[in-house]
Parts: sequence; structure tokens; C-alpha cells
Amino acid sequence: MSEQTTANRERRPSRRHFLRAGAAVAGGAALAAAPAAADTGNLPPNIPEWMKAPGAPMGDQPYGTPSIYEKGVVKNISKTLPQYLSASGRTPLQEVDGIITPNGLFYERHHGGVPTIDPAQHRLMLHGLVDHPLIFTMDDIRRFPSQSRIHFIECSGNPVYSKPYGKTASDLVGLVSCAEWTGVMLKDVLDEAGLQKEAKWIVAEGADAAAMTRSIPIEKCLDDAMLVYSQNGERLRPQQGYPLRLLLPGFEGNMNIKWLRRLKAVAEPVYSREETSKYTDLMPDGTAREFTFYMEAKSIILRPSGGQKLNGSGFHEISGIAWSGHGKIKRVEVSVDDGKSWQVAKLQEPVLTRALTRFRLPWQWDGTPAVIQSRAIDETEYVQPTLAELLAVRGVNHYYHNNAIWPWRIDSNGEVSNALG
Amino acid sequence: MRLARPHVALLAALIAGLAVAAQADERFHIGRAATPAEIKGWDIDIGHDGSNLPPGNGSVERGRVVFSEQCASCHGADGQGGVGDRLAGGQGTLASAKPARTVGSYWPYAPTLFDYIRRAMPQNAPQSLSDEDVYAVSAYILHLNGLAPADAVLDAKTLAAIKMPNRDRFVSDPRPDVP
Repeated sequence: MSEQTTANRERRPSRRHFLRAGAAVAGGAALAAAPAAADTGNLPPNIPEWMKAPGAPMGDQPYGTPSIYEKGVVKNISKTLPQYLSASGRTPLQEVDGIITPNGLFYERHHGGVPTIDPAQHRLMLHGLVDHPLIFTMDDIRRFPSQSRIHFIECSGNPVYSKPYGKTASDLVGLVSCAEWTGVMLKDVLDEAGLQKEAKWIVAEGADAAAMTRSIPIEKCLDDAMLVYSQNGERLRPQQGYPLRLLLPGFEGNMNIKWLRRLKAVAEPVYSREETSKYTDLMPDGTAREFTFYMEAKSIILRPSGGQKLNGSGFHEISGIAWSGHGKIKRVEVSVDDGKSWQVAKLQEPVLTRALTRFRLPWQWDGTPAVIQSRAIDETEYVQPTLAELLAVRGVNHYYHNNAIWPWRIDSNGEVSNALG
Repeated sequence: MRLARPHVALLAALIAGLAVAAQADERFHIGRAATPAEIKGWDIDIGHDGSNLPPGNGSVERGRVVFSEQCASCHGADGQGGVGDRLAGGQGTLASAKPARTVGSYWPYAPTLFDYIRRAMPQNAPQSLSDEDVYAVSAYILHLNGLAPADAVLDAKTLAAIKMPNRDRFVSDPRPDVP
């Protein structure tokens, strides 16, 4: 963990106790594990106790789990949701490094709970405007030529436009995660059935209790859409659609249908509840945008970010993530003076299309109050807008597709908070 | 040179033939044929125009009973909302500071109501209602929104014929729209 949380540990015992009580917030893991301040027996010049006896034997954990000192690094799930069957849980973005989200921390959004599906009894049906309606077993799907690709998935409402805005980066934009996905190209499977020329959309349906349904334009299906069965090397987690999910790189998360059981080729969209009543964007004049598929370019600083604390002035690395549904991140600019000037951040390779991209900027903090923020520019030259610019066009009831620049305020005592909160 | 043309034509035909053969070979021959019965059992999609709506019908009166038993605990006795979404009222509020997006104020197509109730409701037992009861609950919710009279009995034809007030208020994605 960062020096920020080390500072918390040493200076704020009351906060430590709060976290021990089980709250999962920034810095929870390191803090929960903190030894008593007087316990210096494992520090130089003494020999640490874990060197004086053998550790746990092989086989202690057939499936490895994080250190007991990382117990606080868990999904960020509100404790006050009206119900938990159609709900979401966020990635603790500020606790995760690099661009790959660990499978256990990948954000979740489901509409009728998480089904337990026996893969031997799971089938994918492909029908509608095709020459050969087909049924595939999971073994069948895995026989198609496979591909592995790194892509983010982001919920369309991440965050919404109205207050209260969250305190931490996870509260704000924790409904984005990124993984290496393995599966087959949807085009190969569609070709197997023989798409008829009238087929302009594919209706995809999940095998969950919501029978989640979305219409996907055929161009996307024949481009980079995939049917994936693995995530970061292992089979999909149930929360991510085990045993099979649709992956539509750059499209809003709910369209990446999980527990995929059916694909129907049709001439026009089905106008399901999820693409009319939900996942449409209300404008100030009462009209609503429909089929707003792409997630536009976005970035967020994760270190330092809301809920953290800088341990004094001096050197601090600013680090964050950027992504765009329209392709690669071309540039990320960072301002440390409340938007007056912007510096180009360094992008960590690899910079991949429709994937999280890590950016960093070395920074000397002079100890005075500051507002820091980042803005992403993607390969289409699109520039991430401010919240004020978005609200001026879309209004506060737009709900989805908020990709605003999000500034953090740093007080003279080092505490970081949401500058728009 | 005069002989070249037939050669070119022959070559072109040959290449075309090879291309067709290659295309045919692109199939992997994976999976098996889906039977009409299997497709009928799984294809629960109802088109926005009412296509694929099943036979049968349901009344507002019957819907009132089913709604009170199956839906009211989450959506309120009159569809005013609770743990579940608000379903009724809200017409004329979409451009206001507090828009109420209900079936009556927001949904563009009535058949989608049948589709969604059948596939996903009630939340604790989806796909458990008979088609007749799905018609009935749809009719009752439309009645709560002033879109079906108290004595209405809806079937495939009459449900699809209902014009929803907000149908023409959806626009396609104009982004990038900012700045």
C-alpha cells in the first residue's frame, strides 16, 4: 500500500478501529493489519518472527487467496441498497495497480441475481434470420478458433449526473474493470449458421432470472464482438456470466450479456425493456436518446484520490487510469493547479484499444491546498469533458454515460476529497 | 492476344470456383441443428410490434387480482412504486426537474410490457405466470396509466394496437455532443 495509508496507520488509530470493524474503504487492508505501535520486535535490528519457524505447508490453499492482511480490499457494495438482486458492486479502483482487475474484484451488475449454471447443461441457441439454426454445447464453443484480448467493461451509469457524488474513486467510477478475455470471435459462430442478408441486429439473451435481453447492431457482431468463457486465464466467475458471456468491447456494460444462452438474428431491434425503459438517456426537453452504445473517453486519478491522505509535502507520484470505447488512449493530461495548466502524463505500455491504460506523473507537492485532475484524449482526438460541460447539454437527469473529468481537492493537511462533492 | 481472353475468363472462373469452395470450407461444422420445437420453447422475444405474442387474453379485472398477489408488495397497490419501480403515472413529467419514468410516461411500446413481465417478473419466480395472467397484468398496468379502460380484455392484437404516449420521443445517439 501507499505511503498515504501508512500515514493514516500511524497517526489515526481511531480510523484503524473503524476499519477493523469491517468497513471496506480506501486503505482498509493495510490498516486492519497494522501491528500495535509499540510492537517493534519484527523490525531491524531484530529478526522477524516469520523467519524463525516454517510457514504454511504446500496445499494449505488449493485455490490461492490474498494475504490475510489484504482482507479490506474487497468490492465496494453499498449497505443501503433497496434490494440486492438487481444491483451493482464496485471495483475498489484505488486499491488496484496496473490495468488488469483481479477476478474477485471485477465489478458486478446483475438484474436478477447470479445464477448457478451447470456448464454440461448449458446451451447456446443461434436462430432467427440464419440458414442453419444451431445449438452449441460449451465443448462445441471451445472448438472454435480461440482469441485472447484485453478489454475493459464499464457500466453505463458510472457515475450518474446528480448528487450526492461519491467520496472515493471507487464510489465515483468503480463500475469499470479490465481483464484478459479468452473466447471465440462471434463472427465465426455467426458464419457457421449462415447469416441472411436481412439480418441487421442480433438479440442476445442471458440464462439468468432476468433473461437479460439486448439488441446488438450486426456491424459490431461482425467486428470485434466475442463469446468469452475465460477471464484472466481461468473460467469466468459466476458473477461475470459463467459459463459464457458476450463481450462487446467499448459498448456499455449491460449489453455484454452474461450467462449467454440465445442469439437471434433479426431485421430490427427488439426494443426490450432494457433498451427502452432502462439504458436510455433522458434529455432536459423530455426526449430520450436510445441505443447509446459506446462509452466515451474517460480518466480518473487513483493516487492520490478521495479518502486518502498525503504524508507531507515533497515527492508524490500521481497515477490513474484512462480508457475509451472508441479505441486507444492517445494522451492523458494532468493538472495540479485547478485546471489552469496541464501536463502530459506518461502512459504505461501496453496501450491497448478499448482497454484500461495506466498513466503516471511525478509531482512535487508544496504542501499548500491543491486541486488535481486528469483528462483523457483518445485516438479519435475526442477530449474528456468537464461535468459542467456535460450538464449544460445533457442535464442532471441524463443518468447514463457520464464521463466527466473528476477533480480531487488536497487540503494542507494532506487529506484528499472530492472537489465536486 | 486473341487467345488470351478465353484463358482469362477460364482463369477467372477457376478462381471464383476456388473461392466458393474455400467459402464452403470456412464452416467448421460445429454444433447441431436446433429443432423448431426447441426454438419455440426458448424464443420468448416479443417484437415491439407484437410479433410472437402468444394466443390467449387477459382482462384488467383479472389483472387487478394477479397484481395484488404477485406484484403489489414491490410495486405498490396502485403501481406507485416501492422496492420495485414505479409503474404508473408521471405523464408530463419527463422534462421536469423530477421526471417519473413509468410504463405510461416513458415506455414506447405496449408489447414490451408483456415481454418483460413474462421473462423477468415476479422477481422471485420469473416465467411462472401463465400467458393469460401476463396479458391480464399487462392490461391492469396499462389501465393504471389510463391507457386501457376498466373493462378491457387484451390479446395479441389489442395489446399491439395500444399507442404509448411517449413512443415518438426517442432519438438516436448524436454523440459526440460535448463540448
